[in-house]
Amino acid sequence: MSLDIKKIPAESFERVHIDSSHAERITKPSLSFWQDAWLRIRKNKAAIASIFILLFIIIMAFVGPMVSPHDAETQTITHANLPPKVPGLEKLGIFDGVGTLAGKEVDLYEMKKVDTYYWFGTDGLGRDMFSRAWEGTQISLLIAFVAAVIDMVIGVAYGGISGYYGGRTDDIMQRIVEILYGIPTLVIVILMLLVMEPGVIAIVIAITLTGWIGMSRIARGQVLKFKNQEFVLASRTLGAGNGRIISKHILPNILGVIIINTMFTIPTAIFFEAFLSFIGLGLQAPDASLGTLINDGYKVIRFQPHILLYPSIILSLLMIAFNLLGDGLRDAFDPKMKD
Amino acid sequence: MTKYMIRRIVYMFITLFLIASATFFLMKALPGSPISSAPKLSPSQLAMVEAKYGLDEPVPVQYAKYMLNLAKGDLGNSFQFKNASVTELIMNRLGPSVLIGTQGLILGVAIGILLGMIAALRQNTVWDYGSTLIAIIGISIPSFVFATLLQYWLAVEWGLFPVGLWKDGWMSSILPSVALAMGPLATASRFIRTEMIEVLSSDYITLAKSKGASGFEIAFKHAFRNALIPLVTVLGPLAAGLVTGSLVIEQIFAIPGIGEQFVKAITSNDFSIIMGTTLFYSVLLIVIIFVVDVLYGIIDPRIRLSGGSK
Repeated sequence: MSLDIKKIPAESFERVHIDSSHAERITKPSLSFWQDAWLRIRKNKAAIASIFILLFIIIMAFVGPMVSPHDAETQTITHANLPPKVPGLEKLGIFDGVGTLAGKEVDLYEMKKVDTYYWFGTDGLGRDMFSRAWEGTQISLLIAFVAAVIDMVIGVAYGGISGYYGGRTDDIMQRIVEILYGIPTLVIVILMLLVMEPGVIAIVIAITLTGWIGMSRIARGQVLKFKNQEFVLASRTLGAGNGRIISKHILPNILGVIIINTMFTIPTAIFFEAFLSFIGLGLQAPDASLGTLINDGYKVIRFQPHILLYPSIILSLLMIAFNLLGDGLRDAFDPKMKD
Repeated sequence: MTKYMIRRIVYMFITLFLIASATFFLMKALPGSPISSAPKLSPSQLAMVEAKYGLDEPVPVQYAKYMLNLAKGDLGNSFQFKNASVTELIMNRLGPSVLIGTQGLILGVAIGILLGMIAALRQNTVWDYGSTLIAIIGISIPSFVFATLLQYWLAVEWGLFPVGLWKDGWMSSILPSVALAMGPLATASRFIRTEMIEVLSSDYITLAKSKGASGFEIAFKHAFRNALIPLVTVLGPLAAGLVTGSLVIEQIFAIPGIGEQFVKAITSNDFSIIMGTTLFYSVLLIVIIFVVDVLYGIIDPRIRLSGGSK
């Protein structure tokens, strides 16, 4: 081998000059944290599908009751317990308004002389299930979002203060959390709802009462991780005050984790609301959420399965989509996954 | 270790004391008393009944008596069930709840571990996606929706299982247990999958591979064992989930368990049962979390508990 090299004439070699400016050249466009996260979440098909499902459900929750020719509250007793009937699809033999009556398949719309369409059917009082289901979705989403935002604000503030100031403040605040953390959520939620007037606000308060604790622990851990890092020290040396360090340096860094955690709080809140309504502690009639609709449907499942079916599907889809999106965001924001 | 345990026990008692006090005062703040829903009583009769239950005494005295009785393990008497003691009522109904709870937990965790292992060993294949899908569905679909579906199809339509009640012995417990198992199943499978993937990429697995250990041996002897340890930590939240689930599932399948009694007590304002059951659930969950934490320190020598929560 060494002989071969000697045969190559010296002039075919050329000295490479190291241009020191090249070392600093950025070859790829620099991506912000968000652009980077977006690039990664775009590859996650499940998360993208979830975004579309969520958008669809949220839009329908507001548009649905308006699109339907029937009002959610109007009770038309003569139209009670109708199965779903959809124009167009009825010719295919599905959604054609045929239901069982005394063991026989009958076109209930014809029998009751109803000439309109109820896309999701009607309930025992002749109310349009399509409007009711979407209005219920609206309420469920409202409760979930408000509860999640309150959890986030209280949790981040509490955990942030505790972690940032440390020392005695942290000690006292953490002892309180340690005691509260032991209280089972279920127990406190049920007790609170027994005492308060049932309604949206009561449910939100009951859910948030212990809901913020998980977020506060995560926020504290994150703040502890960042507050002693060099860039914070640098900023402090340059004369930045606590307010500036928190808002400009710490918050942007822990935002990803906070968002992920909030994404998982939302389905938990949706579930708790539905659960409470199901055991009879939730909203009271005439207000309806997905939980109360499912509870109503459960009572007549043998005779009118369609009343249970649609709210259950919407609720399950919401939960699946939020969980998948949360998973996707966790992968997208996780710096360990960076390639 | 001892110091840590003492500290934890002290916190447990503070938490329980808080819960007991909060329960008491919240119940006092409730609109209406258990007697107000009874058939019409004249004011003098009402006073007599109130005196009998000690409801005429000032609230602090009632509170002190209640706390003293609690310390003795006496949860008071039910207003609803002919003065039966709450402790007894709970004990009588413990059987079915414990049975479906443990069956659900064992079934769920066992299948969950299996699914999680398959997903980790066959990462990014159809197996992996399939088991992830089952896990997502298990987490997302509320247990009461799932229970209703099981009841409707398997019991009502096909008649394979009893629809409800506790009359057919063990057969009656199958559907409720399956419904309860979905939560633990989903949690366990996702957890095991993440842990296994992490363990499989660690150095000692590479060493085992280079020494010529078979795939089976690596999966079970090395990876699985180490992935299993952290699973202990989710047992606490799982237990809480099972209790929550049991409330609705006992309701759906009309099982004479604690959850069903609790929901009934809520609607009939029987506050000694509500207080008793609340405390019972709290003690149960707090003790489980404590035991799990201590157990974790014992099983996994890498964890040192002495440092406390920091």
